Amino acid sequence: MPIARGANLPAAILDMKILICISHVPDTTAKIQFTPDAKSLDTSGVQFVINPYDEFGLTRALQLNEKLGGTVTAVTVGGAEVEPTLRKALAIGAHDAVRVDAQPTDPLQVARELAAVATEGGYDLVICGQESIDYNGGVVPSALAELLSWPVVTPCIGFEPAGSRAKASREIDGGKEILEIALPAVLGAKKGLVEESELRIPNMRGIMAARTKPLTVKAPAGAAAGSAPVSFAKPAGKSAVQIIDAQNLDLLVQKLHEEAKVI
Amino acid sequence: MVLVFAETWNGKFKKSTFEAVQYASACAQAQGSQAVAVVVGPASAPVESLGAYGAAKVVHLHGPKQFETAQHAALVGDLAKELNARLIVVSGTANGRALMGALAVRAEASVISNVTALPESYAPLRVVRGAFSSKGIEVCESRSERCVIGLVPNALGVKDSAGSDAAFEDRNVTAELRASMVEQQLASGSIALPEAERVVSAGRGMKAPENWGMIEELAQVLGAATACSKPVSDIGWRPHREHVGQTGIQVNPQLYIAVGSSGAIQHLAGVSSSKTIVVINSDPEAPFFKAADYGIVGDAFDIVPRLTAALRKHLN
Ligand SMILES: Cc1cc2nc3c(=O)[nH]c(=O)nc-3n(C[C@H](O)[C@H](O)[C@H](O)COP(=O)(O)OP(=O)(O)OC[C@H]3O[C@@H](n4cnc5c(N)ncnc54)[C@H](O)[C@@H]3O)c2cc1C
Ligand SMILES: Nc1ncnc2c1ncn2[C@@H]1O[C@H](COP(=O)(O)O)[C@@H](O)[C@H]1O
Repeated sequence: MPIARGANLPAAILDMKILICISHVPDTTAKIQFTPDAKSLDTSGVQFVINPYDEFGLTRALQLNEKLGGTVTAVTVGGAEVEPTLRKALAIGAHDAVRVDAQPTDPLQVARELAAVATEGGYDLVICGQESIDYNGGVVPSALAELLSWPVVTPCIGFEPAGSRAKASREIDGGKEILEIALPAVLGAKKGLVEESELRIPNMRGIMAARTKPLTVKAPAGAAAGSAPVSFAKPAGKSAVQIIDAQNLDLLVQKLHEEAKVI
Repeated sequence: MVLVFAETWNGKFKKSTFEAVQYASACAQAQGSQAVAVVVGPASAPVESLGAYGAAKVVHLHGPKQFETAQHAALVGDLAKELNARLIVVSGTANGRALMGALAVRAEASVISNVTALPESYAPLRVVRGAFSSKGIEVCESRSERCVIGLVPNALGVKDSAGSDAAFEDRNVTAELRASMVEQQLASGSIALPEAERVVSAGRGMKAPENWGMIEELAQVLGAATACSKPVSDIGWRPHREHVGQTGIQVNPQLYIAVGSSGAIQHLAGVSSSKTIVVINSDPEAPFFKAADYGIVGDAFDIVPRLTAALRKHLN
């Protein structure tokens, strides 16, 4: 919660407590296969990484921490298999980590588990990614904010706190808007919140330090899932490409008109 | 009852709104019930015109001037509970996507986003959605009495409208704002990518930013939005809002033309659900050809102007 410093000054947040929600997802280049019963992702040979959007959030959290002090806590809802991903967040610079020991099956279940962690820890700011690239839900940030009755800015492409308030930019269709919010708040990070060139990667010292940083396993609040996957399939493959002679562009136009019916 | 969030943009209904209303109306019909559209804030077109897309009734909530996630979630969520809506349909535009999660919480509903087709069944509610950046298709089941469906824009398209005017009801409402708008910056004249029916996209093969004139011209002839690959926006040749792919905007147009772009897996992740893909690349081995319907092997600088001319001739 914001701490008031001086009666006439706006409540200022120093020592900002930041929670960064990390989703453990298949690497962007991973070949996606499903188990023979089509019930789940076949994880054999798949490398898991920090969700790319969460990396932008983690870097912004660390930048804010360097300016304002406080702590950066990384949290993931998941089984023991997500711990290497959390250790990576620690190696990049998060101070401590929490694993909520539940299998994430639904975004509302995850949001409820995260809301319990956020409430218990008294955070000033919760940063999520705008969506996770596994199930591409894009649901958690605003659901979490609503559970906490906090403002939400997603997709968030800029964030500057000033005292107990902040200015945040949000991407909208064909442009952006700048919003003013009171803290605490939830952000759904996207490139722009920090630039790619600013992204932090673990160095040797960070990796060594991460081994001894606290990683707490928390029992889940037991939130129910609002939905469940029934089955998975691969999208129907495209039929082979038709190569059209570069000297016969009228044929392409004709095919787009008559065959594909898109012009 | 099926409730649909009828989003407005500068007071106007978006194409994605008509699509969402038609989707809601089809869901309602399949269950022998009705679709009710909710409009929040100023609307320049008469709200009853949504009847043409299948809405039986429109509830127009007056008061809010702009979109704000928490406020819209409260207004639409409370209405959904009041009307006991079983489904709440939201188009996955930038605002729609921000809204879904908060709306589900407020409406005490489940939520299924990235939906690409009409439900497979209603009891239990089972819907098909995209997952793993279009590398997978998931059938997802709602475990709740009420469900928010986030529809991918352009997944079904807008069909010719046949219905008549809807009944409507005006209400004055107030709801807490949790964020206040300081400023809005819009790129003038550009077509919003997530909703675009045609997209012309170009990559590093264009060599330099001053070469984009021919891309813009091709887009203009087609009435298409322009897009680019990630490195192109990273080096500042094109604005970030044009970056498509896994870490950029996801598009779902009828026609996607990719020029001078290799078709990296992260690029395909944001564009592969396009209905028809045309690839123009000088390298016959470029991976993009594997994801394409039509391919032209050759130099973009030669082909693009001639393609523009051929299209102009056809479209006139
Ligand atoms: C975590 C992560 C996330 C990423 N996310 C994205 C993303 O969201 N979107 C994205 O686009 N990329 C993304 N990338 C980058 C991606 O891997 C590729 O590097 C990128 O898409 C390549 O861009 P390009 O096709 O413009 O350039 P290149 O790969 O350099 O391709 C240029 C192409 O132009 C062709 N060419 C050259 N000259 C001509 C000519 N005269 N006429 C015709 N063709 C010509 C070449 O044959 C080549 O195929 C991501 C990468 C990572 C690691
Ligand atoms: N299992 C999880 N544990 C922690 N955070 C998560 C989890 N799943 C999603 N998130 C957060 O929510 C964001 C959006 O995820 P989603 O709504 O699932 O697309 C991610 O970028 C993460 O910040």
